[in-house]
Amino acid sequence: MSENQPLIVPTMADYLAKGESPEILFWVGCAGSFDDRAKKITKAIVKILNHANVKFAVLGTEESCTGDPAKRAGNEFLFQMQAMTNINVLNGYEVKKIVTGCPHCFNTLKNEYPALGGNYEVIHHTQLLQDLLNSGRIKIEGGSFKGKKITFHDPCYLGRANDVYEAPRSVMINLDAELMEMKRSKANGLCCGAGGAQMFKEAEKGNKEVNIERSEEALALNPDVIAVGCPFCNTMMTDGVKHFNKENTVKVLDVAELIAQAKDL
Amino acid sequence: MISSIIFIVLFFGGAVFFIINARKVRRNILLGKDINRKDKFSGRVKIMTLVALGQKKMFERPIPAILHLFLYAAFVITQIELIEIILDGSIGSHRVFRESLGGFYTFMVSFIEILSVLAFIGTIAFLSRRNLLKVPRLVKSELNGWPKLDANLILISELTLICFIFMMNGADEVLYSQGLSHAENLGEGSLGLIISSHIGPMLFGGMSPEALHMIERIGWWGHIVMVLGFLNYLPYSKHFHILLAFPNVFYSNLEPKGKFTNMESVTNEVKAIFDPSFVPPVVDPNTPMRFGAKDVTDLSWKQLLDAYTCTECGRCTSSCPANITGKLLSPRKIMMDTRDRLAEVGKNMDANKGEFKDDGKSLLGNYITPEELWACTSCNACVQECPVNIDPLSIIMDMRRFMVMEQSSAPSELNGMFTNIENNGAPWQFSQADRLNWKNE
Repeated sequence: MSENQPLIVPTMADYLAKGESPEILFWVGCAGSFDDRAKKITKAIVKILNHANVKFAVLGTEESCTGDPAKRAGNEFLFQMQAMTNINVLNGYEVKKIVTGCPHCFNTLKNEYPALGGNYEVIHHTQLLQDLLNSGRIKIEGGSFKGKKITFHDPCYLGRANDVYEAPRSVMINLDAELMEMKRSKANGLCCGAGGAQMFKEAEKGNKEVNIERSEEALALNPDVIAVGCPFCNTMMTDGVKHFNKENTVKVLDVAELIAQAKDL
Repeated sequence: MISSIIFIVLFFGGAVFFIINARKVRRNILLGKDINRKDKFSGRVKIMTLVALGQKKMFERPIPAILHLFLYAAFVITQIELIEIILDGSIGSHRVFRESLGGFYTFMVSFIEILSVLAFIGTIAFLSRRNLLKVPRLVKSELNGWPKLDANLILISELTLICFIFMMNGADEVLYSQGLSHAENLGEGSLGLIISSHIGPMLFGGMSPEALHMIERIGWWGHIVMVLGFLNYLPYSKHFHILLAFPNVFYSNLEPKGKFTNMESVTNEVKAIFDPSFVPPVVDPNTPMRFGAKDVTDLSWKQLLDAYTCTECGRCTSSCPANITGKLLSPRKIMMDTRDRLAEVGKNMDANKGEFKDDGKSLLGNYITPEELWACTSCNACVQECPVNIDPLSIIMDMRRFMVMEQSSAPSELNGMFTNIENNGAPWQFSQADRLNWKNE
């Protein structure tokens, strides 16, 4: 496999032109589309999808913010405007199943779109990875994370918000790594500090940043990798690791990146 | 005879006074907006069995859970003894169930005695945790003043109540062994109460029959007066949770925690924008429309029930990322403020013949500040932690909605984010046309 293998990223419009429909729509999300760090996660997901020959499509320029940050910030009007616009596009393409690269998009599409007329089967990318591994469409043997210490930081909108705790963990079991749990994990996991639209504003006055508190907890385990499942957690934890000058020894990687790197994709 | 009359007057007086106050609390809760929590009956029974009866979420923290279980079990089981006390008090009998129940009576009262000792230990431990060990979540600033006193009063009352039980039973054991008890003599040398048959003689052994009768009566009357007093204290106290915990869990949100409410009023407006032929449902012109929550009456009855159910344990606050990192936000304070404001609205109504007279105050501003509300990360840790399924996050969100949609008072960075989403479909200033550029980078 090589770095230069071109990514195959068909759009829904491409499929429509061919008169076909994909297995699944990959909802990239704003971070995955525009944030330099998160784009790498998006590419890792695409590499895995390509490798497993998953017939998927993206909306490309027809995708727009789900409205999650607007809703959490209290702007229900803007949220619903976004939701209705997106639902018109999704229903226009008769989308049935969606995988997201972000737990916030996942939660919003899954839980908050149905009341507005958008009914889809929505899964998070770690759940798709779990399916692909379970069905044998991707296989991992050994790989570069064998024996490495990895701790997973639960994203609030995947974990507590939707009770998905096992998918990311069962995916990472395939890495033959040493999986370690922080004291506050799963239902008791501590937020990274980005949710509820905090990502887009300065924090209120306090005596510490939330991401520093959380990174400190993760670093106390002396991990080689802090695994995440959310582009915003990724930013927050990466900043936290830098705060403690550990960026050379501790990597913050999305579960999809772990799989892609283990398979040398 | 006279004592029966005093008892009946006292008992009915206490019950009526409690009912009047409890009905006020009910009225206050029903000031909230309607929300459907009467669906999925079997799911609600299930969650109530697990979380309220089974104390499932309490056991996330085993030490307070076990201590609390002692008090909880003692409280529930002691109610059986209360039935006897009420009968004895009304008809002038003494231990009316003893003869008919025989050995089972001895077993039940002994069981209550064991639970009472455990509850005594639990209560002492709770007092120590608050006042000596100063467990962080039990000494936070929002508890200064009345909430701290309230907590200690409840615990001291419980200790007093247990002391009365043992005065009553202990003195009666000594009297019985001397053949002087008013309890039915069933032939044994002791009432057979597992604890009192030992501590009774130890504490009251050498006393005169008159003194023993006096102690027994003080215990008996003290017990029932404490029960009635405690009952009437509940509507003024956080301790109302002992009555509201079960219904509050029954009416829990059964949806995924990440699913926030859909505002139908907004949906109608948005639908009308997308489809000019859409006719929104007729809204009663007498009910002023408000987006989000400014005051307690803008919240739902379930959110108000949450507020009265909160017993200020602070598990929410101790797990809140904002609070942990020193921000002003404390989910417990959100619940306390909501309850205190609602009680204030209720008092206002009582003073004005049932009509609320504008007092120029509101939950937002006078009780809860924007700084607290904007510190929330919507992580749901507080909701997850609450042992009785209170949802502080939903109140925070409803108040954010008011600040954004009615006051346009969001922090300026958030207004920037809104503008970006509106103009280019992303929270940052990137063009929607560039959304797929990553593919070729």
